[in-house]
Amino acid sequence: MHDVPTVYLDHAATTPMVRAAVEAMTAHLADIGNASSLHASGRRARRVVEESRETIAQALGCRPGEVVFTSGGTEADNLALKGLYWSRRAADPARRRILASAVEHHAVLDPLHWLGDHEDAELELLPVDDRGRLDTAALAASIERDPASVALVSVMWANNEVGTVQPIPDVVALAAPHGIPVHTDAVQALGSLPVDFAAAGVDAMTISGHKVGGPLGVGALVVRREVELTALVHGGGQERDVRSGTLDVPAVAGFAAAVELAVKEQADETTRLTALRERLVDAVRREVPDAVLNGVSTGSTDGGGLPGIVHFSFPGCEGDSLLMLLDARGIECSTGSACSAGVPQPSHVLLAMGRDADEARSSLRFSLGHTSTETDVDALAVALGPCVERARAARG
Amino acid sequence: MLVVAAMSGGVDSAVAAARAVDAGHEVTGIHLALSRNPQSYRSGARGCCTIEDSNDARRAADVIGIPFYVWDLSDRFHEDVVVDFMDTYAAGQTPNPCLRCNEKIKFAAVLDRALALGFDAVATGHYARLEPTADGGVELHRAVDHGKDQSYVLGVLDDRQLRHSLFPLGDTPKVDVRREAAARGLLVADKPDSHDICFVADGDSTGWLREKLGERAPNQGGRIVDESGEVLGEHEGTYGFTIGQRKGLRIGRPAADGKPRYVLDIEPVSGTVTVGPRERLAVERIRADRPRWCGKPLEHGQDGAVVTVQLRAHGDEHRAVVRMTGSGDQLDISLLDPAYGIAPGQAAVIYQGSRVVGSATIAATERVSA
Repeated sequence: MHDVPTVYLDHAATTPMVRAAVEAMTAHLADIGNASSLHASGRRARRVVEESRETIAQALGCRPGEVVFTSGGTEADNLALKGLYWSRRAADPARRRILASAVEHHAVLDPLHWLGDHEDAELELLPVDDRGRLDTAALAASIERDPASVALVSVMWANNEVGTVQPIPDVVALAAPHGIPVHTDAVQALGSLPVDFAAAGVDAMTISGHKVGGPLGVGALVVRREVELTALVHGGGQERDVRSGTLDVPAVAGFAAAVELAVKEQADETTRLTALRERLVDAVRREVPDAVLNGVSTGSTDGGGLPGIVHFSFPGCEGDSLLMLLDARGIECSTGSACSAGVPQPSHVLLAMGRDADEARSSLRFSLGHTSTETDVDALAVALGPCVERARAARG
Repeated sequence: MLVVAAMSGGVDSAVAAARAVDAGHEVTGIHLALSRNPQSYRSGARGCCTIEDSNDARRAADVIGIPFYVWDLSDRFHEDVVVDFMDTYAAGQTPNPCLRCNEKIKFAAVLDRALALGFDAVATGHYARLEPTADGGVELHRAVDHGKDQSYVLGVLDDRQLRHSLFPLGDTPKVDVRREAAARGLLVADKPDSHDICFVADGDSTGWLREKLGERAPNQGGRIVDESGEVLGEHEGTYGFTIGQRKGLRIGRPAADGKPRYVLDIEPVSGTVTVGPRERLAVERIRADRPRWCGKPLEHGQDGAVVTVQLRAHGDEHRAVVRMTGSGDQLDISLLDPAYGIAPGQAAVIYQGSRVVGSATIAATERVSA
């Protein structure tokens, strides 16, 4: 377990910072000045923040004033969901229902369960098909049952575990006529798919720095100016009074550089990763013929899956045994979304897709990114067969 | 060797893992998740008591410089240890869950999984020694630190399990282990020892049992009587009692002779708890089931020799003659001097000198006739 070269196949968890982001961030690490201060140093800091905001707005098809910087994707999701729920309910107490897909990230599901337990919200988790795609008929039926009681709808742009892209245009088409705001968690989609906020028609959208080659600890909620949000974090009134706290100027600068580059290179990168993904899928199927691919079969930009995510079930294996065996050979992947205690729970995403707990526990996610190469995929191909065999033996 | 070090988050298992590394083994740290968090989402600062221990174990693994994973054995643990604990109490007996965990989880489920995954052994922070024998086998012995000795709860391990075990702390007093942990930069060096049953979070096992068994007939309660059958009081459930127990009987009036009264007998079906004077606890003979041999079994040549037996965790040794009965699936233990407060459900662990020969579960006792 010493001196094994690392084969990093966990870019969906976090991806290395790109050079442009490192340079933009380090250029400001030693700067003096609080972006809220009125003097020259403060103005210089504020200028960096505002230029970054404009860069991100340009890249995402939104107005600069619509970008609210946060500490990351989880905070942005919490702000969107709680902030929308509270403001919508304050305007009309009948609005108690929250509709979301059953395959949302925990950063969405947990705040929604919390709102259900503590704030009288009525959570409706909508079904997905066996590939993880939202059942829009179920969404339509749920809205039509009583549109006036829906506080908001939240559906992720693309799933973080299996990579399935959700029908956001359909979601917006169903919600918009009733004036129901739509939030989407686009953390995994950005950089892998064309993401245009205005064109998508959503009201709020979560993005994160470290998933697109930017720094950890910074993200944003893109939210339409007209949308009322109740603040979660109170203080100095930064970020249009919606998210107080002194801005992390270097992180914001690095974030903007990463977003700009990710969007600029998205089409080429998608082409490159799609080919790499096919190579990986072929390799897994060759080495483990009975492995089951979860999600959609090809990475594509049109109603398919993310080009960088490959998710397989390995019948007869515990995913965490397989992860450990691969880790010992320097190959790093994931059993799904990471859990703080490290206790493997069967993935709610796979369960929602109709798999049983055993199938869900037998799964691994390999995710590709900007540093991934054919060499990485080939290294996995070499190691996978023996590891699966051993993991099967361990299951008994 | 490729070694799995079971790391609880405490000081002993952390030092054991570090010593396994020093001994030249390639060590992987694992923490056993034994209780499943029933919450559907994380709502509080501390979802469950094991998260803190798991983090301590992870930090220790970082400091030692070994990989670390959590293995989820909560289903097996519930089935083999927690349910056994409840059933044994429900039957009016007194279980030892640590011993059951060693037998069924640490040196069975974990060991089997480790071997299948390509490891050679499991290392734990138990205080016990393994000594090689001339014929290439291995013997289990008491730890050098008799105060900390844990060979009693390992007396259920068979030859195969012992051959794949490492107990790196057996030759060291606890105080030195703490000192070593501090010297190694392990932050758990001064973490308090755990004494309670790990799955009873607040340490109140009677309260825990009341919650689990209170609804279950015939554990709703019963009478406390003396040997003549006179009713002295009422109780909430037999699970609150152990043979030999003196405290917490809550009998209003004192005995006629003014002497303290002890639990003599627990009748789970009627729920009757019988109490009496200490001398009535004296046991001279024990029948024990499910013998397990730590290496070489008690042979017919030794059968009948004087050995010593330990009849509860941290209990005294008693000189005894042990005979196999039936087809070898029961032990007949004759004590040379009477022992007091012997509870069915506990293990009788047999020693020859410092060596653990084996163990069996106490099924019935024969009192010294008055």
